[in-house]
Amino acid sequence: MNQTPIYKQYHPKWYRKRVSTYWWTQQWSYLKFTLRELTSLSVAYFVVIMLLQVAALNQGPDAYTRFQEWLKTPVAIVLNVIALFFVLFHTITWFNLAPRAMPVRVGGKRLPDWMVAAPNYVAWLVISAVVAWLIVRK
Amino acid sequence: MAETITVEVTRYRPEQESEPTFESFEVPLRTDWVVLDALNYIKDQVDGSLSYRWSCRMGVCGSCGMMVNGEPKLTCATFLSHYTPGPVRVEPLTYFPIVRDLVIEMTDFLVKLRSVKPWIVREDEKPLSEGEYLQTPEQLDDYTQFSMCINCMLCYAACPVYGLDEHFIGPAAIALAQRYNKDSRDQGSEERLDILSQHEGIWACTFVGECTKVCPKNVDPAGAIQQYKLTATKEWFKDFLMPWRSR
Repeated sequence: MNQTPIYKQYHPKWYRKRVSTYWWTQQWSYLKFTLRELTSLSVAYFVVIMLLQVAALNQGPDAYTRFQEWLKTPVAIVLNVIALFFVLFHTITWFNLAPRAMPVRVGGKRLPDWMVAAPNYVAWLVISAVVAWLIVRK
Repeated sequence: MAETITVEVTRYRPEQESEPTFESFEVPLRTDWVVLDALNYIKDQVDGSLSYRWSCRMGVCGSCGMMVNGEPKLTCATFLSHYTPGPVRVEPLTYFPIVRDLVIEMTDFLVKLRSVKPWIVREDEKPLSEGEYLQTPEQLDDYTQFSMCINCMLCYAACPVYGLDEHFIGPAAIALAQRYNKDSRDQGSEERLDILSQHEGIWACTFVGECTKVCPKNVDPAGAIQQYKLTATKEWFKDFLMPWRSR
């Protein structure tokens, strides 16, 4: 842009209010947004758990058993339940946003939002079922 | 129903105050009155020095956007009766510098808007003799929603990203860029890509989604930005995989 002669950035007579550091606490919708951003920590937590599990497996049966035992402690269970709750929140809100980012048109008409969101849920359920089957089968 | 309602209005008179204050007015509470009617009543009957912008009073011009009880609203479409028993607090749109009372400085938005070339860009115009550029109803439908924007800037006042980063191009400007990108007659999407795909363009947006919630015209700027993120990513991959490709 080269035509901004009238615009003075810090005009002394204008009043500019500084945005508070705690802006995200001032409105429920902002707080919900911030919580959603924080759910990524739970995602990261599960990635770390998984990596630790693989590392324990690599160290041999003893280390793996010890890790499994730790996973059964109340602390680990509580942590996992909290993290799972946030990961579910993250996933569901993410899938619900999909239709906004990807309006799909079929035959010149925009598909209703649920038809764009639904395949995500179906894929999630199918993949979860396959993973569960791999883990549970003897 | 009470006969009057208290309206608390931001006053900022730079020649006498160093920061804004509130002034309360008692305004007749009529069922058919909107917040703008209350401001007009104050200006006509109580204090003629109150400054604010308005024009069409029917949700078309986009001039009368203000914060009503903390929410960005078109004051011509916000009924007083909705806020009984009151008080109703009317403030200038947040995140913009205040010039006087309820009047904000909007040059920043106008400069950003112009930077995304919100008009039909043609590489070559076809001669008049060939007639107009035709469009099917489906092609029209592609961008109609984004064309409803009235530049009222409520979305900017709702966007914490704009509040924290004044360089962010912002919701309306990006939605209007999309309005032309999606127009079958337009050929300017590559020029706009360079501006929109900067950090201060679409990537600053963290999808808070408030812009869409406050939009009085259902433009869905948040949707426009996310859709454009997809487009920009695809373009980047194409450039990465086929560097010889001329855009």
